[in-house]
Order: sequence, then C-alpha cells, then structure tokens
Amino acid sequence: MDTRAQLCHARRVWTAILLLAAVAFAGVVQAQSADAPPPVPDTLKQRIASCTACHGEHGEGTPESGFFPRLAGKPAGYLARQLKDFQDGLRKYGPMEYTTRYLTPDYMREIAEYFAAQDVPYARSPMPRIAPEALKRGEELATRGDPSRQIPPCAACHGTQLTGVQPNVPGLVGLPYDYLSSQLGSWRTKTRATVAPDCMAEIANRLSVDDISAVSAWLAGRELPADMHAQPAGSITPPLHCGVLGAGVQP
Amino acid sequence: MKIFRIGGAAVVLLGLAVAGWLFLRGGQPSVPRSASQVDAAVLKDPALIAKGEYLTLVGDCASCHTEQGGTRFAGGRVVGTPFGDIPAPNLTPDRTTGLGEWSFEAFRQALHSGVDRHGQFLYPAFPYTSYTKVSRDDALAIFAYLQSLPPVQQAARQPGLGFPYNVRNTLKAWRALYLHEGEYVADSSKSPQWNRGAYLVQGLGHCNECHVERDAFGGMRSDQSLSGGQIPVQNWYAPDLSTQANGGLAGWSEQDIVDLLKTGQSAKGAAFGPMAEVVARSTQHLNDADLRAIAAYLQSLPARPRVAYEPSQLDTKPILDQGAKIYTARCADCHGKQGEGVAGVYPPLSGNSSVNEPTGINAIRVVLLGGFAPATPGNPRPYSMPPFAQQLSDADVAAVVTYIRQSWGNQAPLVQERDVIKYRHTPID
Repeated sequence: MDTRAQLCHARRVWTAILLLAAVAFAGVVQAQSADAPPPVPDTLKQRIASCTACHGEHGEGTPESGFFPRLAGKPAGYLARQLKDFQDGLRKYGPMEYTTRYLTPDYMREIAEYFAAQDVPYARSPMPRIAPEALKRGEELATRGDPSRQIPPCAACHGTQLTGVQPNVPGLVGLPYDYLSSQLGSWRTKTRATVAPDCMAEIANRLSVDDISAVSAWLAGRELPADMHAQPAGSITPPLHCGVLGAGVQP
Repeated sequence: MKIFRIGGAAVVLLGLAVAGWLFLRGGQPSVPRSASQVDAAVLKDPALIAKGEYLTLVGDCASCHTEQGGTRFAGGRVVGTPFGDIPAPNLTPDRTTGLGEWSFEAFRQALHSGVDRHGQFLYPAFPYTSYTKVSRDDALAIFAYLQSLPPVQQAARQPGLGFPYNVRNTLKAWRALYLHEGEYVADSSKSPQWNRGAYLVQGLGHCNECHVERDAFGGMRSDQSLSGGQIPVQNWYAPDLSTQANGGLAGWSEQDIVDLLKTGQSAKGAAFGPMAEVVARSTQHLNDADLRAIAAYLQSLPARPRVAYEPSQLDTKPILDQGAKIYTARCADCHGKQGEGVAGVYPPLSGNSSVNEPTGINAIRVVLLGGFAPATPGNPRPYSMPPFAQQLSDADVAAVVTYIRQSWGNQAPLVQERDVIKYRHTPID
C-alpha cells in the first residue's frame, strides 16, 4: 500500500466512525423532539439543494439522458472554473448563469470540492448507432490525434486513461455520448468558452461534424478503466498552451 | 388609392416637420476639460476618491457600467427597455471611449440633468431622474473616483432603438413630463438620519427606478414613490416598500431591512432576482449608519390603502387542492407546513411581500428558477432553493403558486397556467 492508499483507507475508516456517530446522534435528536420540525442540517449538501436538484445528491447527473452532466469526481479546479465561467457568461445556459451569479469564489470553490470528492459508480448511457469505421476514427482521434489537421490526441491532456488530470482537466471516459458531442458542438457555437487561450474551442473547430460524433461515441462506449480517478497533477505535459492550464487560473 | 398614399406621406412629413421644430434644440454643451473650474489637484485627493468609491457602491454604478465578466466600469452591459436596448457606456478615464475628456462640470450635468458633454440628451435608462437629487459634493467625489481608475479602451455599442426613440431630441417631451431637476432638499421637520435615508433612497440609491410602476412611456409618477411596480423587460416585481398597514413590507422591523440590505437575507425574506444583484453589488457595502438611515426612512412611508381583489370567476378548489398536494410534497420540508419558514435559513411564505405582490411573477419565477440568496460576508454560504422548471408543469406551478398566495392569511389573486407559460421563457437577465 502506498501512502496515498493508506491515507484513503484511514479516511474511509474515519468516515465510517463519524457516520455511525452521526446516526447515533440523529437518533437522540429525533427522540427529543417528536413533534417539532427537524432542524435544518448545517451541511453543504443541505445548502446546495439548488445544485443537487438536477445534478443529483452525489453529482451523479442524469446518465440516461446526458442532459444534466455528472459532476462527481471531476477535479475541483475544473468544476470551480466552470462555475466561474457560467458566472462570467463564458458558458451560456440561463439556469446555471442565474444560479451562480452572486456566489463568491470561496463558496464556488467549496461547492466544487464537494462534488469533486463524490465517488459514485459510473452508469452506462445509451449509445448511438454508429459504423465500425467511425468508431475506429474516434479511437484514432482520442489516442493519436490527427497531426494533418493539428488535432492533438485527447489523451495528451485528459490523461493516459482519459480519466482526467488534477486539478483542472476533466475525465472523458464514462460520460454520455449526448453530453460529449453537445459540449464539442457548444464550443463551436460559442455557447461554451473559457479563459483564453481557449484550446478546446480551437480543437472543436478543427474537428469535422463526423469527427465529433466519432470521438464522442468512442469515448462514451469505451470500457471503463478500473481506476476512474484523475491522474495526479503534473503527470502530463500538455501539447498546447491553454488558459485553463496556465498560472492564475484559480477563480 | 394613390391619392391616399400621397396624402398619408404628406401627413407623416408634416408630423416630422412639427416634431423637428419642437425638438430641434437639444441640451447645452458643457465646459471642456481645459476650462473646468475644478482644480485637477482636488480630484487627486485620496480622501475624496475614497468617498467617491463608496458613493459609486451606493449608486450601484458598476452594475450597469460593467459587462458580465468584464472590467469594472468599462461599460458594455446592455439595459433592456421596452423601447430597445441601451448599452451602458465606459466610465473609466479613457480619452477616446471613456470619460477621459470630460470635465467635472460635464459629468455633473449628465448626473443632474441627463445631458452629455456635447449637449445630447441621455436616455433615462441612466437614472438621472433620481441622480438629479445627488449633491454637488457627492458628484465631485464620484467623479474623482472614476477619474482615478485605470483607463480601459472599450467603445460603447450603439443603442438598439428604432424610430422614433433613436432621435434623442424626442426625449425633450419625456423630460418635460418626468424629469424634476433639482438636488435633494432636506426636510427640516425630520431628523438628520431620516433626511440621510431619504437622500440615499430617492437619489443615489435610485430605488424608485424599480419600485414604482412605469407607465406606457416608461416614466414614473412622482406621487407613487416606492409603491412597487413590475420591472419592464426583466419581468420581476419590485414590491411596495411601506412597512406599515397594507404595505409590501408590512411588519418589517428596522433590523429586518438592515439585515436584508447587508446580508441578502432577513427573518422576513431573502433577496433574489434583481434585488440579489443590488445587495451583492451595492447595499452589502454600505456602512451601518447609512443602512439604518435607509431603514428609518422606509419605516416612515405611509400605510397603503387596502386592495380588495375581485374573487376569481374560476372554481379555484381543484387548483388549490392540487397546489396543496404539490406544496406538501415539494415545499413544506423547507418553508414549513404553515408557510412559516425557518428563521435565518428559509424565508417564510406567509405574509411574504414577494408571494403577495399583485402580479404573481415573483413567486412563479422563483419556483421555476430556485437559486441562492446572494453570498455576502454576513451570509457567506447561503442556503438555496431547487429550480422546479424541469420538474413541474405550467399547470402545477400555477397551482402551487396560487396555493401559497391564498393560504396562511395570504390573499393575493390566483395565477393561471398562461402566466407561467409567459414567464417560463423570460431571459434571466
């Protein structure tokens, strides 16, 4: 067991103890006040009902439709950046812009860390009907890129297993086809953007429409690696200079 | 037929000629920067600049004069009006696109009279109907602060106004009706605190710009001060602010008002929609003396006449039954079985000004959008409400909103499915 795994184990044991204590305590409280309404829990989970109503209590999203994206386990820096991008109108979606508008950077960071720390299994999503050649093209784009069109492989930034890289790069495997393809589309239609230089906007514009379907389908259908956690920070050298990977990206 | 067309054209031409004659002259150009009576050294006084910074927070200037995600005061946000879109200009001292070439006299003329340095009338999306009450000293401090900002080169977009609103001189008639030029005059029968509150609320705070119903010309009647109104285009209802009998804030204590303005939340309700923005960008930064002055002034607003709504022609029982079912399943956990809320956490719905306002817009949109109270130092990790837009149909939203508007002593008119349909798609900004 390396130190990291030991830490994880210790954390799990402690969580279990704390949970048991909490359950015992909750029992006492309930016994005390049978009639009075239960007090509002002073927890982040209770505070962010506005988020969990759509994204799920653990940020599991709606994998069956892909409409509300999964947040669980995505790197905290990435999630905090997305909240900030909605707040600044770089990402355009009315309900998210409304929800984030008057949150402080500290609070957004805390919310991001809550969802980053959620560890729930990935559910499989419906796959589109797609020709085997297209899937092959998708695999090629994801793992080797297309140098003739200056398209780097997804894995160059999103990690060798495409599970993301701490603290700012999200994983791609296990996400629904509809979600992945619509994100690539929204970079092209400028409803999704981020701090300059916006590498993903450039890459999405170099992909053809067929490429977007191909790479989204291959990523969505890929067998999940045993460890879905993002790679440690600094474990990759990105081929592009991107705003989100540069210094001073803490929102 | 042809003769009618020629006749029609003649009438239009004649109308234009009359309008041109009436409105030919705009305002007076102001003095150039070189001829200003204000010494440049005065504008560099750090104490004056600090005072000005505070006053820009009171006036919430940055809200309009900053684009979403843009540089503060560099302009660019578009203010939507029923007459068209009006982009707020750049207030940084850039010489070509900002206030770099403006004299204090020109700035003061804009604030006080709504006329720019060339003598052009400004559109009243810039609330000079209120700012006219700002004292010369305060205007000087604001100008000194704005001139101390780093210049940002960012040209304002052209207003998106159609004819005849794009002819600025047509504002002459509007100004004659609605602009009552003049600084605030203290009422010597009232305390200095009351006068400070009145000055802030009526002047720089420009509360009336939302909290009064606007008429078909976008003007506000001066005898309806702070009596509430629907905000055009944004489609939120800014409630009546009287704390006395039948007032929108009936029963609010001084502390409740201070709490809401300072933290975004009070025991009586939370700020949302445009008021969340006002708290986030403006009132949370006010000092306690000013907040107490505002509260004291609002508490002196008179009682309002009781409004008796006509009973609905519809059979409301099935609607209320459906609403009660939804309320129990979705709302009661937080807002309480009797709409009592949880002090300091979830606002009460019983007696809530935004539940009982005449239109129902606020309750409809809050149910659809949910959201957080603004995060402030006094409430840094606000609780939030889930958005129900994805979960409830238009009929269900109408039912639950009608239920909360007619329960626990609330007596507001019912809302219908068609109202929900209308506001479901109102853009959020």
